[in-house]
Formats: sequence, C-alpha cells, structure tokens
Amino acid sequence: MASITLEGLTKVFPDGTVAVSDLNLGIEDGEFMVLVGPSGCGKTTALRMVAGLEEISSGVVRIGPRVVNKLSPKDRDVAMVFQNYALYPHLTVFNNMAFSLKLKKADKAEIKRRVKEAAQILGLDQLLDRKPRNLSGGQRQRVAMGRAIVREPQAFLMDEPLSNLDAKLRVQMRAEISRIQSHLGVTTIYVTHDQVEAMTLGNRVAVIKKGILQQVAGPQELYEHPVNIFVAGFIGSPAMNMAEAKLSAFDGDLKVSFGGHDLRVPAAVVDHRPALRSFVGRNVVLGIRPEDMEDASLVPQAPADQKLAAKVSLLEALGSEVLVHFEVEAPVVLTEDVKELAVDVGAEHLENLEKQARVGRSVFTASLNPKTTAQKGGSIELVADSTRFHFFDPDTGLGIYH
Amino acid sequence: MATVIRVLNRAPVTVVMLIIGAIWLVPTVGLLVSSFRTAAESNTSGWWNGIAHPSQLTIEPYSNLLTGGGMLTAFKNTVLITVPTTLIVVLVASLAAYAFAWIRFRGRDVAFLIVVGLLVVPIQVALIPVATLYGKVGLFGHIPGVVLFHVAFGLPFAIFLLRNFFIGIPADLLEAARMDGAGELQVFYRVVMPLGTPAIASLAIFQFLWVWNDLLVALVFAQTSSAPMTVFIRNQLREFASNIDVIAPAAFLQMIVPLIVFFAFQRYFVQGLLAGSVK
Repeated sequence: MASITLEGLTKVFPDGTVAVSDLNLGIEDGEFMVLVGPSGCGKTTALRMVAGLEEISSGVVRIGPRVVNKLSPKDRDVAMVFQNYALYPHLTVFNNMAFSLKLKKADKAEIKRRVKEAAQILGLDQLLDRKPRNLSGGQRQRVAMGRAIVREPQAFLMDEPLSNLDAKLRVQMRAEISRIQSHLGVTTIYVTHDQVEAMTLGNRVAVIKKGILQQVAGPQELYEHPVNIFVAGFIGSPAMNMAEAKLSAFDGDLKVSFGGHDLRVPAAVVDHRPALRSFVGRNVVLGIRPEDMEDASLVPQAPADQKLAAKVSLLEALGSEVLVHFEVEAPVVLTEDVKELAVDVGAEHLENLEKQARVGRSVFTASLNPKTTAQKGGSIELVADSTRFHFFDPDTGLGIYH
Repeated sequence: MATVIRVLNRAPVTVVMLIIGAIWLVPTVGLLVSSFRTAAESNTSGWWNGIAHPSQLTIEPYSNLLTGGGMLTAFKNTVLITVPTTLIVVLVASLAAYAFAWIRFRGRDVAFLIVVGLLVVPIQVALIPVATLYGKVGLFGHIPGVVLFHVAFGLPFAIFLLRNFFIGIPADLLEAARMDGAGELQVFYRVVMPLGTPAIASLAIFQFLWVWNDLLVALVFAQTSSAPMTVFIRNQLREFASNIDVIAPAAFLQMIVPLIVFFAFQRYFVQGLLAGSVK
C-alpha cells in the first residue's frame, strides 16, 4: 500500500482538448479519495493516467516514492475496477480472479488461497465455476472487485464501478465497497459523477470542473463550506437554491433581500464571516439549501424576520420528506458554473434556466417535514435558517466564509 | 391449428429448397457413382446406370489409382502445401491483425490501408515476375515456393478479416489484462486469441479450402515431384479419350478432405461468417 501524489498532472489530447489541467492532489496511504464532477470533466482521464492507460502530457504521478510516469500499467502494481467490469468472458469466475496471479506465476496453492479468501469477502464462494455471462450485474461487479482484491495491490483505481447497476443494488454495493476498503485499508481513487456516492464513500472528495480541481475536502466540509458556486451547486441533492440578493445593514444585523423577501442574518453569523461586511450595499449570490427551509407552521417560535411566503408550484412527496417547488421573483444566477452544472443535468434544463433568467425569476426547492400541510397551488409560509445561508461573490463566484 | 398453418405456409419453401439442393448434388453423386465403375462401363453407358445396376460397382478404380503411384505423392504434396500455408497465414495474420487493431504505432493506418489495397491485386499479375524471381533464388518447382506464394496472397484478406474482428473486442478487456500485469504478447494469447477463436477458426477453414483446391498456383510453381492432387488430376485429362476411371476416384478423394474439414468445423464456420456483422 502506498500514497499517491499527483503533481501538475496535465492531459492534452492530440486535437488540443485539455482534459486535465495542472492537477495537484495528494492521496494518503489507505485513504479513500473520490474524484467527482460532471461527465466529461476529466476525472476518468486523470484516473487513467494514474493507471498508465493514458499517456501523461505533463506533470508527475508518484505511487509511494516512485515516479511512475514512464512505467507501463503492468509495472505500476495498481488494480483497476472498470465501469463495465471488463471481465474475461472466456474464463470462469475463479480464473478471472486468478488471472493476474497466474501471470505472475504465483504458486498454485497461494493462488487458490487468495482467490478463496477474496471470494469469501465478496460472497462469491458458490459462483467460482461460473462464466461471467451467467452472472447478474451485481455478481459481475463483485467479481471485478475480487479481481482487484486478490492482487493485494498498492492501490485500487475505480472508474464509476456502480454506474451500471440499478438504484437499489447500487446503494447495497456502495456500502460493500466502503466496508471492503476500510477492511483492507488499501489506498483507493474512486471516480464518479454521482455526488451521493462521492459523499458517502470518500474520506475526502475532489471536485473537478473542466479538468480543473475546484476543492478537495471531507464530505461534510464540502457541504458546509463549498469554495465556489460550482461546488455548492454540485454537492447536495436537491441542489442548493441560488438567487441574486442584496445585503444591507439592519438593526446591528444584516439583511438579505431578494424577490421581495427580507431575511435577517444575525450578527453572530457575520462575526464568523467578517468579509460579508464588505458586501453590505452590494449584490451577492445567496445560496439556501433545501434542507435549511421548513414549513413555518411546524416551527412555532420561528422569528418573523426569517419567514417567507411562497406559492407552491409543484409538490413531490418522497415519504421521508416533501419537496416543495416555488417561484421567487429574483433573477436566477446564471454564471459559467451554473451553466456547466445545468448542461450536466441536460440541455433542456439549461434552456429552462435561461428562460427564467429572462423573466427575472428563479425556482426554489424546499425540503419539508412530511407533516407539512402544503398543497400544490396553495400558499405556504416557510422559515429559512439564515445561520446556514451561503453567500457568494457574484463577480468571482467564490464563497464568502472568512 | 396454428402449427398446421405454419407448416403449410412453409411447405412450398421447403419443397423448393429440397429441389434446388438435389439439383446441386447431382454432379457430386454422378462423380461418386462413376468413381466406382470401370472404364469400359463408363465409356459405354451413363453413370446413372450404376444406380440401376449396383452389381456394376467396384472398388477397382480406387485400388488401381492408389497402387499406381503418383496419386499418393500428389496427396502428400497437397498436405505439405496446404497445412503449412494455413498455419503460417493464421499465425502471422492474427499477430498482424492484433497490432493493426490494438497497438498504436507510427504509420499504422497507412500500413493497414496498403494491406487492404493488396486485396484487389489479382494473383495473375504476379505469376510471371514471381516465377522469374523463384528461378533466380532456386525456389522454383519446390513446395516452399508454392507455400510462400499462397501465404503472400492469403495474408491481406486474413489480416483484414481478423483485424475487423479483433477491433470489436472491448478495449476495456485488453486494458484490464494490461492492468492485471499482462504484456502485449500475453494480452494477445490469453485474451485476444480465445475471444477471437470463431474468426480465427473460420479463417483457417477458408484458407485451407482455397489452398487445397488451388490449381493455378501449383500449375505454375510446382513440378511433377512437388505437384498437388489438383495438378495430378488435370494431368490425367486426355485429348481423345476420357480416362474417367482415374479422374473420378481422384477427384472424389480430392473432395473428401475439405468435406470433412467443413463438417467438423461447421459451427465455427457459421459463427465466423457472422463475425463483426452483429456485435
């Protein structure tokens, strides 16, 4: 097992596309590092450069103390789990898992022991004689994991290993991967575009946009203090609501105004983020997570200056929570970051946003307790927890936390 | 009821196919029957009389042929030409096809284009120059010369066929093998070869049949001692008399081996023909 260090890692494809740009990242020995970002952001390319499957344009990849730039994949001693599993269709499960050991000319008894051991960890004991085509998706995924495990490599590289599974199985395998990784303690780089996977699996998560690293931090830190609008919009589901707002002084506290709503931001919050004061009288981008809003009727002592009235345009009951969509008369934030996020959702979504921007409106989502009495088309009063608001500089897109 | 209708619907097709099949088989059956008749009988009556009067049939033509010499040598020569050609073509073509499909090197696409271009070169244009060349290097009239010519003209198609099959193997599989510690040769024989078996097998069958049945190349480059069966049989043709009692059994022996090969590998043959068309 070893640490992995990426220094100024860059990939320029022959057609001039820059897939990865000056990526600096240190992954500690035994750490589970997740690379996350919208599709096409270069995360897979970065992983493949670590694997040796993609040539490095410039920069250095170190596995342990060794610089591996010039080593071929077989000499790097890392194992990879592919998105579509890439099992050898002509070999049985046992031989799939034993493949690398056989190439190394390992002792027969040793091969058997290690494959059996990995099969046990993964619950594959009964399937060792089967061919991949006779396995279910989840079982194939396990075999792919098993193939990596038996090698006892310096590191695991996983390229969206769960994206071909259906939702229920994905949740189950996610827990499994987490369990196995912490059990074995092998350094792992895991690529995904699913932020839920990233949050649940990673010791740390690296958010990448267009080949450029945005932020590396623990999952909670990413959620609480996203460094910019992009990270804020990418992490969290449903996504953070954002609108242009105006900050003004108010009775010793601050007041944030948007779309006819005035919400008090207590001085205590401002004390933690003194930089906010310099934005008084100016525009900011206000970010409110859906989870930080609640049906006011369920919060009896909610202060009046943290309430906002809304008309429910859409209601999604998920059982454990109720998602309420409502329109706010404040222009939607349409920075480069937001567009990038919207494209990832779908071209249609971007069109919608642009339409909203033209009419100076935005749609907010609030996640409410299921006890709410909200009705589609009805009016509702919401209370927003302004101690948990996020503010971003509209010019730079950077979060204001200092 | 539905089954009955289906059978009735299909009946005309089945009948027509059976008739076509029977017509196609007539010459072969005729050859088979003739090969068991003496020269005298063949010269006086048509082969179908052999079916009407089975007592006329005899294995005499076969025993004469096999004891008369010539045919056995020709058979040996055919094997000595066909088997090495097939092996060399399959081996070289599969290695080359792997490189063309999966190894990046400078000039690869141009080289492949040239190989594909060679597909349209007819062998006739090469006969005289190669014969001259063989004469100079002492290959003319020898089996290795025949083999070499067949290999040269078999390779473009073989490479083309296999490369197109190999390129359909998911890249992830090869990458997985490389990650698992395989070098290029190991990737080739542990992953690509097993997965490419249908294509390789059908190529081997094609190549075998072509060379086994070849007359032109052998006629030009072989001499009596190195001539295969096709040349031997042709040499039995006479201008004024038909020595059908020699030609018929010889031609049937010539046919039998390809038939065995075809039926033995029929499964791969069909698979291989479909190779690449449906992924």
